[in-house]
Amino acid sequence: MKLRKLVALAAVMAMTMALMAGCGGSGSSDSGDADGAGVLKIGGIGPSTGPAALYGLAVKNGGELAVKEINEANPDGLQLEWMWQDDEHDAEKSVNAYNKLVDDGMQILVGSVTTTPCTAVAAEAFENRTFALTPSASGPAVTEDNDNVFQLCFSDPNQGIASADYIKEHFADKTVGIIYNNADNYSSGIRDKFKSEYEDGGKKVTEATFTDETTDFKAQLNTMKDAGVDLLFLPIYYAPAANIMTQAAQIGYAPTYFGVDGMDGILGADGFDASLAEGVLLLTPFTPYSEDENIKEFVKKYEDAYGETPIQFAADAYDCVYAIYDAYQKTGLDADASMEDICEAMIKVFTGDFTASGLTAESMKWNEAGEVDKTPKVCIIQDGKYVEQ
Amino acid sequence: MSVLNSLISGLSLGSVYAIIALGYTMVYGISKMLNFAHGDIIMVGAYVSFLLTNHAGMNAWISLLIAIATCTVLGIIIERLAYRPLRGTGSLAVLITAIGVSYFLQNAALLLWGADPRMFTSLFKGFKTIHAANGSLTITPESLFTIIANIIIMIALTLFVSKTKAGKAMRAVSEDNGAAQLMGINVNQSISLTFAIGSGLAAIAGVLMCSAYPVLMPTTGAMPGIKAFTAAVFGGIGSIPGAMVGGLILGIIEIFSRAYISSELADAIVFACLIIVLLIRPTGLLGKKINEKV
Repeated sequence: MKLRKLVALAAVMAMTMALMAGCGGSGSSDSGDADGAGVLKIGGIGPSTGPAALYGLAVKNGGELAVKEINEANPDGLQLEWMWQDDEHDAEKSVNAYNKLVDDGMQILVGSVTTTPCTAVAAEAFENRTFALTPSASGPAVTEDNDNVFQLCFSDPNQGIASADYIKEHFADKTVGIIYNNADNYSSGIRDKFKSEYEDGGKKVTEATFTDETTDFKAQLNTMKDAGVDLLFLPIYYAPAANIMTQAAQIGYAPTYFGVDGMDGILGADGFDASLAEGVLLLTPFTPYSEDENIKEFVKKYEDAYGETPIQFAADAYDCVYAIYDAYQKTGLDADASMEDICEAMIKVFTGDFTASGLTAESMKWNEAGEVDKTPKVCIIQDGKYVEQ
Repeated sequence: MSVLNSLISGLSLGSVYAIIALGYTMVYGISKMLNFAHGDIIMVGAYVSFLLTNHAGMNAWISLLIAIATCTVLGIIIERLAYRPLRGTGSLAVLITAIGVSYFLQNAALLLWGADPRMFTSLFKGFKTIHAANGSLTITPESLFTIIANIIIMIALTLFVSKTKAGKAMRAVSEDNGAAQLMGINVNQSISLTFAIGSGLAAIAGVLMCSAYPVLMPTTGAMPGIKAFTAAVFGGIGSIPGAMVGGLILGIIEIFSRAYISSELADAIVFACLIIVLLIRPTGLLGKKINEKV
């Protein structure tokens, strides 16, 4: 009931805003110049507390840093405002956070950070016509049927296929197993594609599953051990991954671990014995230890501001804000344009020949489905650092 | 060998359930109420130990003692503030209050410690894993010590309720509250003592559980709490050996269904077994038959 009311309220608010914008008659000026001073309100949603807090906080900080940079670089031009809401990696809370942001006058959304909440928010944003660019929600359901939602990260199918191809190429002689969370879209989505791609060549993978309530992974690990699995693919978030690595070490099982973007952040978990993650391979478009000048500068600024090394999600959010900023210049809209007008204009730009360059890729392009086209990288954890392979 | 490995995992998980189930069963035995906040006391105990060890640099074993003390006091306070005023008002009011206390503890932990998962450092970090039968059989120190702790606690508790004066008083209160009072037994004190023991054991269970399964969050105690409650009912709620038997069987069923049937169905199978047992023996495996209520 409460939720429906909120949704209704948000819808009314959105309609009112649309009407007001219409009255002003300045909704879509064709001056082609967005330099007029004004503030564009960008909302961010993600888990800044909860089991996936590391991702949410990284996005919050990365986005904030980009906004600050843009504002300082051109104080007379278009200014951005960064509004953040916590969703604790919970779909219902995420929709509430979205409604709150709409109430507060958000014009463009960066979020949500994680797939399941983002799927719920994407449906709302589609109804309300909010342009959304998610830094990291990689599930296909996020963009499916939603023309207004775009991903800056690889989609799950892409991650699954890229991982399978990499393993086939570089670890041809290994026996591969998967442990995944079958109660989670993200995890089972990657697993589906990985399995079909990997087994395409006639090879078999050993599989075991768990759910959010699972604490004991020894049964799954023993299954892997008995099957002789020596490369364990973990398309899961870092908390269960840390649990799995700890319990594997307890039973004296030491396969090579291969993770995807959810594994990013494992080194920063409170109390985690980083030596357990030595030799872990993971698919990530960003490594803070890169020699690239832009990345070096970003890492330095981030460390100065937040006292920790940025993970991939921070870079994703940073790129999101810059991509939105660049694309917005191309729409020719004023900073006070309505959320709906912005949405339509931004969709046009993103599905056009717009390319964005950033920390996570040189030239990112988007297709009409909202998926990004960029090249994944594989890193290995050595001495507590990511080393590019 | 994988059967033996699973059996050991099952015994270890079952021992955790058994220790938690003791708290449920003792409290039910003496005050006929289901203390649903019990699972969350486990979480509090684990947090206290984790924070003292990882952020205050304290020895893990000393932090365990402090965690036990904290939970004991917490158990007494909860009983005094939330349950005692409702004694005699009917079981539904107390049951709802217990659920309320459970949510209160979870959310207080969320506020106090945040929801970020903490990676618990094992209490038995320095101990070596035992490898037998050419390495195919592995016994982790966590499993071994959990099983041993369970046995020691069970024996100590049985001796306590049968041999000591306080234990006899507890049994008397559980037999007949009113008559015990007439005989000069301080009922309030007996109930407080029960909560104190149950909550202290919960702290031990929390540290043992997080040593074996290291992810600690404010909701960490919720599911094991429910499973342990199931174990207590399984074995016959109110009975100390029942809690042990129930816990161990439940742990073994859970691990075996995960290893050999399906990890998705494991929880469903556990609860299905509970339903079957209750259909055949409504009082649980060891309920009523052995009159050793606490």
